[in-house]
Formats: sequence, C-alpha cells, structure tokens
Amino acid sequence: MASVANGVSMMEKKMAETEKKKVIKPLKNFPMEEYINSGHRACQGCAEVLAVRHVLKAIGPDMVMAMATGCMEIISSPYPYTSWNVPWIHVAFENAAAVASGVESGLKALRRKKRVPDKDVTILAMGGDGGTTDIGFQALSGMMERGHKIIYVCVDNEAYMNTGIQRSSSTPFGATTTTSPAGKVAPAGQMTWKKDMTAIAAAHGIPYTATACPTFFNDLQKKILKAKEVQGPSYIHILSVCPTGWRVPPQKAIEYGQLAVDTGVFPLYEVENGIWKLNRKPKELKPVSEYFKGQGRYRHLDEKLTAEIQEKITARWNRLVELSGADKES
Amino acid sequence: MGQKVGIEVSIAAADAVGLCDVDVVAAYPITPQTHVVEHLAELCASGHLDAEFVPVESEHSAMSVCCGSAAVGARTFTATSAQGLALMSEIVFIASSMRLPMVMFLANRALSAPLSIWNDHSDTMMVRDCGWIQVFCKNGQEVYDAIFHAFRVAEDKRVSMPVMINVDGFGLTHVIEPIEFWTKEMVKEYLPPFEPLYTLHPDKVVTMGAFGMPEIFTEAKKALDVAMWNSAPVVVEAWNEMAKLTGRQYMPVETYKADGAETLILAMGSICETASIAVDRFREAGKKVGLVNLRLWRPLPKDELRKALSGAKDVVVLDRALTPGGANSPLTAEIRSLMYGETARPNIYNMVAGLGGRDVTPEDITTMLEKALADQHKGYYIYGVRG
Repeated sequence: MASVANGVSMMEKKMAETEKKKVIKPLKNFPMEEYINSGHRACQGCAEVLAVRHVLKAIGPDMVMAMATGCMEIISSPYPYTSWNVPWIHVAFENAAAVASGVESGLKALRRKKRVPDKDVTILAMGGDGGTTDIGFQALSGMMERGHKIIYVCVDNEAYMNTGIQRSSSTPFGATTTTSPAGKVAPAGQMTWKKDMTAIAAAHGIPYTATACPTFFNDLQKKILKAKEVQGPSYIHILSVCPTGWRVPPQKAIEYGQLAVDTGVFPLYEVENGIWKLNRKPKELKPVSEYFKGQGRYRHLDEKLTAEIQEKITARWNRLVELSGADKES
Repeated sequence: MGQKVGIEVSIAAADAVGLCDVDVVAAYPITPQTHVVEHLAELCASGHLDAEFVPVESEHSAMSVCCGSAAVGARTFTATSAQGLALMSEIVFIASSMRLPMVMFLANRALSAPLSIWNDHSDTMMVRDCGWIQVFCKNGQEVYDAIFHAFRVAEDKRVSMPVMINVDGFGLTHVIEPIEFWTKEMVKEYLPPFEPLYTLHPDKVVTMGAFGMPEIFTEAKKALDVAMWNSAPVVVEAWNEMAKLTGRQYMPVETYKADGAETLILAMGSICETASIAVDRFREAGKKVGLVNLRLWRPLPKDELRKALSGAKDVVVLDRALTPGGANSPLTAEIRSLMYGETARPNIYNMVAGLGGRDVTPEDITTMLEKALADQHKGYYIYGVRG
C-alpha cells in the first residue's frame, strides 16, 4: 500500500560531496537537496528525469506530487522501492491532474478544519506528453478550468517512449516513431503537426503558463518558482530530450535541448496573466536542419520536407515574437 | 432520537453525507444520481456543510479526485450511476487496491445500449470484482442509515477500503419515504474522525501507488482478498452498534417468513419489498414460501447464506442483470457456486427480471416463482419478454 521513501544514503552523500568538488562554477542559491534519488531506472542520458530533478529542487520539500503512468513513474517506483523523497502518488495514466485536484481539495478542507498542520503545501501534478496532450487532456482541462492551485508539469519527450516509441499528438511533424513510420505513403513519418499544448493551457486563462527545457535549468527553476507563487493553476511544458526514442547518443541530450530552443523548434516563453513573453530570443534562429542532423527519428527527411518544416517553424516563431511584443523591443 | 420526516431518499442520503461532515465531494451529474449531488452542492454553497465540492468534468475524474482526497486523509464521497460507473471503473478497481477509504452512492441504472436511464443491476455487476465492500438497500431508511455505516466501515483502520451503497434508481432514489433522521450527537457517537494509517503530507513522506512486478502482484491481490474477508466482522459490528443507537438491526442476510419455507425467493435491493408482498400472498394461500434478502454482496456472507438456504427445497433467484452467453446471471451464479458443495442443496432457479426499469409487481414475482418450479429450468430464464 505505501512504503516509506528512504533518505539519501551515506554513500550517496559521499558521492554528492565528491561531485561537488568537481563543479567548476557553483551556482548561486542552487538547491543541493535531492528529491528524486539516483538509482532509478531511467535510460542513459534521459533529459526527462533531469527535468524532474530541477522541478523538484525548485519547489522544495513541502509538496505533494501526483504522477501519471509513464516513463517517470515506471523508472522510479517498482514496489517495494521508491526514488521519491517527497510524498508521491500514482493512480493511473490519464488522471494525474484529477488526482492532484483531489489532493489539493482534500488538503484545503483539512487545513481549514485544522486537521493538518497549517502550512503551505505545493501540489505538483506531472505527466508525459501522452498523459497530458492525449489521454490526460480532459482531466487537465478540468483541473485548469476549476482553478485548483496546482502546478501541472508536462515532461514532453514527444512520443509514448515507455511503451516503445509510439506517436502521440505531441510528436512533431516529420519524426518517425513505431506507429508513424516513414514510407511511400507517409514520407514524413508523423504527418501531423505537434499539438500546441502550452497555447491551449494559456487559452484556459490560468495565471501562469510557460515552456522550459532542462538544458536551460536556471530558466526552468525560475519558472517553477513563479508557478509556485501564483494563486491558481499553472502549466509548465518541458521539452525533454529522449536519446532512446529520438535515436541520439545519450551524451547529446543537453545539446539537442539547446538546438531545439535556438532553432525556434521549441521556443522558451511564458504567459503571465495573459501577457506573452519570450524568454530567450536568439539574434538569428539557427536552421532547423541543424537540429535534425544526427537525430535518427528525422533521418528520412529530404530537403523538401525540411523546407516545409522550416517554413512552419519560422511562421510560428514570428507569431510568437509578435504575440510577446518582442518585435517592438529592439 | 432524530426526527421522522417524509423526504425524497436522495435528499435524505445527501443530508446524511452532510451530517458525516464529509471533507470532499467529487461528482459528475448523471440521472438518477443527480438529486444527491445537487443537494450536497446546495449544502456546501449555503455554508451548512464545510466541504470542498469538486464539480469534475467526468466520472473518471470524479473517482480520481476521490483517490487523491482519500489519500490525504479527507473524508470522501461520490455518487454515480450506470455509464458514469462504467467510465470511472478503471479507477474504481485502483481505489480498492490502494486501500483508499471512500463512500460511493450508486444509483443503480441499466447500462446502455439501448440507452436507458432506468433501474437494473447491470451497472454494479460490471464492477462485481472491483474489491469494494458492496451493500444493497431495500428502502429509504436503509439508504439513509447505510451512509453512516459506510463511512464508519470504510475508514476503520481494520478495513481501510471503499464502500459502495447500491440504491435502485428512481424506484428508490426518487421516492418520498418516511425517514427517521439522526441527530448530530448520534453521528458523533457513531462515527469517529477519519484517521488513516498513511496520508500524503510533507511531514511524513510516503510513496503510494508503486507498480507491482510479477514477484509481488499476486501477494498484493491476496492481501486485498484477505482484507476483504477481514472486513466482514467490522461490517457486522458497525450494524450492531447502529442497532444500539437507532433500534434498527441490519444483517448481512435477512429473511422474511423463511422459517420452514420450502421455497425461497432470493434477491437484492428494493425488489425485496415487492417480493415480501408476494410472500405474504403465498403464505395466506397456505404455501410455504419465504424471502431471503441479501444485503451484503461483498464480502459475500457465505455462512449466513448457506444457513438461510440449506433448509429449502427450491430457491428462486431474482436477478436484475444478464450475462449474455453465460451459464447463468451474476447473482444466481454466485448462489449456485456457493451451494454446489452442500449435501442438502436446494434446486436453484434463475429468473432474470426488471431489466432497464421494467416494472416487477408482486404478481410478476408470483408468476416467476410458479414458472420456475414448473419448468425446473437449469439455466436462466428472461422473464416478461414480449412475444
């Protein structure tokens, strides 16, 4: 039914100390505490679990977390083990937002009735792109519409990686997956455009929506801290490079995160009380072909398809620049 | 003792939930459950009940919200019906396996298709194996009392399981009956505060809902089964305690004029009140017919049932659900299987009746009983099909 999460072991503490010495440039105010333990079963180079680590560091220990079925759940909780140093619940695939709604409502009532300690507890809900943009879409929309004070984080690795790299509505146009293979009839592989979940979340009129990427972990943590402070729901969409599913070398995950942002494929922005703001605006966008290069999932793309994608990415970027008023700044 | 009032059963049930000082109500509207949640919404809006009313966007989310709120130690209630139960059924199974106490008011209604808002037991039979404690009620007072009982049993540390109260849609949910209310003092005496063994809170870190590899899955399911059987004495104890407070004694299996009966009618829910009229008429005609009302469906009160049935020559089971292509319908299957090993076992006949709100009158019950005894059909018979 429930197992108590272990604290950080002595060995891990020692390891952390050794690693600390190797840090070239220590970050100011960077939280040293770990809320997801090492020893989990994530693939090598998984940028998603890195994203989770940063999210938790930013929130701190006073939280309750509801997680959807998916990679992060399955790597962290084979009974009787757990990687979580925070109160954590997993119920099913499509309902992290609803379970979190229950956690939030329950704690709210209990606090009002003085049956739990009178302190602020951040409620975090988390799901992958499948658990968020597909099967968990309705529960998430309900959570945002009802106004629960919950941070919902989508860790987006752009396909159902846990079940073996099947396409989701968050898989980008042109990427191959096991259910969107490239062939004569479907030369691009995935023939549909990535669902713009962040814009959909923002359209709910919630106080805070943002995109993030663990490559830019300071930006990511800052956004989580902002989300923590707002009164009401917040939605953070985190692009998480998946070396296994994207067919890139594990040591390249951070690099591809950077490329996704700097090519405009995954712009970093936030929508705060309806005001759109670009958080990273390169002087000139790199061509998308630089991002595609070396990714196995894009290997089949020819020049024509690449140009088609480039056109769409540029148009989307320009619209975002316009929305955020960044075109008027310079 | 509380006041006796003429009131719609659904409203009374909602008042009972309010008296229990529930913390979280999460529900999605579906006929014929609506009056329960409408009244709870009113109680919350008017400040009579200090609870979080979560008007979810689906039943799936209703049950998910309930899991979350029960996990933090909040007293949790939901209500649904038929299609709603079908939609939330995935999570219904998880709630029990995670041992999350909560109470569900299930307004029994037929599963589509064809779409029907009317009463039968196909919805509840769909989740027969969900691992919830499941009780049936035959009148409004029982429904009202069942709310207090359900919270007490569900939240008991020896149990820690969800409880489902089956209430026949319309035939019971929407009727106005004289119901004796409980006072706040009675509830306080009967229902202790909810203090679960584990809750989700930063002050004590726990992981809930870890996944089970094949090495542990069977053990987890065995644990649920053991917990289910262990709940039986607590269910009975809670009824006995209630009897001391209210004078109304409930039992897992109840009989009516069953002493010395050669033929027994066995059923669950409000149809038992109709059947009792048929029994009276048989008795008046000098026929030895009695009634067995199965109140506690899960955990099945095996010994009490065997005891109640073993003296009879024939048992006619009135089933309000159908198992298309099966050996027999759900309730009968259970009874036949239970009695199979008995040396003195009665003939057990399976009448399927009252599907999708088809009215079952005392005359129908008389006809069914006579037909069952005449035909001695070994399978099942769907009563009242138009030729």
